[in-house]
Amino acid sequence: MNVDFAKLAEIDETLKDKDTAHVMIDTNKVISKRDIPGLRVETLEKKEGVDVRVVVEKGVKIKREVHLCFGITHERALQRINMDVEVQDGASISILSHCIFPKAEEIKHLMDTKIRVGKNAEYIYKERHIHAMEGGINVYPKAKVTVDEGGHFKTDFELIKGRVGILDIDYEVEAGKRSVVEMTTKVNGREDDRIKVKEVAFLVGERARGVLNSRIAVRNEARAEVYNKIVATAAHARGHVDCKEVIQGNANATAVPIVEVRHPKAYVTHEAAIGSVDTKQLQTLMARGLSEEEAVDLIVEGMLEG
Amino acid sequence: MQNRWGDEMEILELKDVSLKINGKQILKGINAEFWKGHVHAVVGPNGAGKSTLAYTIMGLEGYRNIEGDIIFEGESIKDLSVTERARRGITLAWQEPARYDGLSVRKFLTASAGGNVNVEEILEKVGLGAEYADRAVDKTLSGGERKKIELASILAMKPKLVMLDEPDSGIDVASLEKIFEAIKILKEQGTTVILITHSLAVLKRAEYAFLMCNGMIVDKGRVEKIIPFFEGKCMPCEHKNMPKLNEKEGNEDEC
Repeated sequence: MNVDFAKLAEIDETLKDKDTAHVMIDTNKVISKRDIPGLRVETLEKKEGVDVRVVVEKGVKIKREVHLCFGITHERALQRINMDVEVQDGASISILSHCIFPKAEEIKHLMDTKIRVGKNAEYIYKERHIHAMEGGINVYPKAKVTVDEGGHFKTDFELIKGRVGILDIDYEVEAGKRSVVEMTTKVNGREDDRIKVKEVAFLVGERARGVLNSRIAVRNEARAEVYNKIVATAAHARGHVDCKEVIQGNANATAVPIVEVRHPKAYVTHEAAIGSVDTKQLQTLMARGLSEEEAVDLIVEGMLEG
Repeated sequence: MQNRWGDEMEILELKDVSLKINGKQILKGINAEFWKGHVHAVVGPNGAGKSTLAYTIMGLEGYRNIEGDIIFEGESIKDLSVTERARRGITLAWQEPARYDGLSVRKFLTASAGGNVNVEEILEKVGLGAEYADRAVDKTLSGGERKKIELASILAMKPKLVMLDEPDSGIDVASLEKIFEAIKILKEQGTTVILITHSLAVLKRAEYAFLMCNGMIVDKGRVEKIIPFFEGKCMPCEHKNMPKLNEKEGNEDEC
């Protein structure tokens, strides 16, 4: 096991637990893996990355959070991860994925994921990125997801430590009858970082519900574009798109929340706000002795970590 | 330096402070002295310029281009930024405190203290339980709760001088007692307090008061002297911040 990865992700103690499943990949090598009953994790090492197939067997509820670690210890490399996840009917799993690129100068991380959340199944996925401060990282997470009747799909993507580099998220989810989709993206960009978030949820089943949240902060010359879309085509489908972006300096942010309703009994709302840090928030902290920069950092940290 | 009543040193002095905002004269030649470790009130009707005076002392953006001078502990601070004034020991609690998405009470109080602080102990002083420490300072808090957390942040900071703008607004009667207790704690720890208020209940907590009307200080002195005039003349006043100052002396029917 690469101890540095585990330490950087602050999971070195957690991974010692024999009931906690994990997979740890450095570039195109699987360096550590532990399965537990009811959870099958198959890996295939390839020239430029690793194919990973995760199956949670029918009715199995994985009690402890599963850890995935996709990292690159080199300065320059390409990592292509193809993930195929199947959470069978009635099963549930919560995954914490650590993407660690501590020395990155010229890194490309491609994540192509296919996920099927079965009937009344639950898939909770948190992705935490730890990047170097140099900014030479290109991250392309892409996912196609189907959520069957009564299923629950929840993601929480967080890239708030280190430089973003280039981030291009492209998620598409199809939500079946009475299913729930929740996607949250939190990114903190600076210098010449480029951030693009495209998340689309199709609420195709009756009473399907979806929420797309994005919280983006950009400063210096960073750019952010958020295109979040919910399409509701079934009766009593409910959705909400919420985008909040804070800009500082010469940064630039775009938010395009799109809602499309194709059924008279469906209902989708949206809200988007882009602006600098609120003056009263800033002045309150400055009146407690914080510098303007310290105050902005604290306000942004709250927005992104809250 | 002692004041006319033989009390301790003056901590803050306003010397002929005037301020225009968008061409309109808001503060007009304010002269005032505030005494170290005492509780003061700046009292007057709505629109008198009380909050503007507090923002000017704090040096907020838009309130810096003054005539006259502001002397804190013997030095002019009129050219200092908000942060620099705060680091000298001056702070302000807003009438409607800011809310922060996601920022925890613990982080807010720790930042206010400038380092480690016993958050639970501070919260207890303003009548809030330890469970508030990990809540966010956001819209999930009621107006009264937010106000108490604002006061907690002041206690955490331990400033030399604090201005509390309308400390009783949005507060229920039970909570108001906690606010008054916190003011007492501030005084006990040696903080000079300036209460910005139009409330008689708050005014009564002060030792010295400045009566403001139409951007001017029209009277000042021990609070016992100011209360009868404020209660009898200012509260029912129909002059809407246009005091008939020249007719004040010896004419009880005028301002």
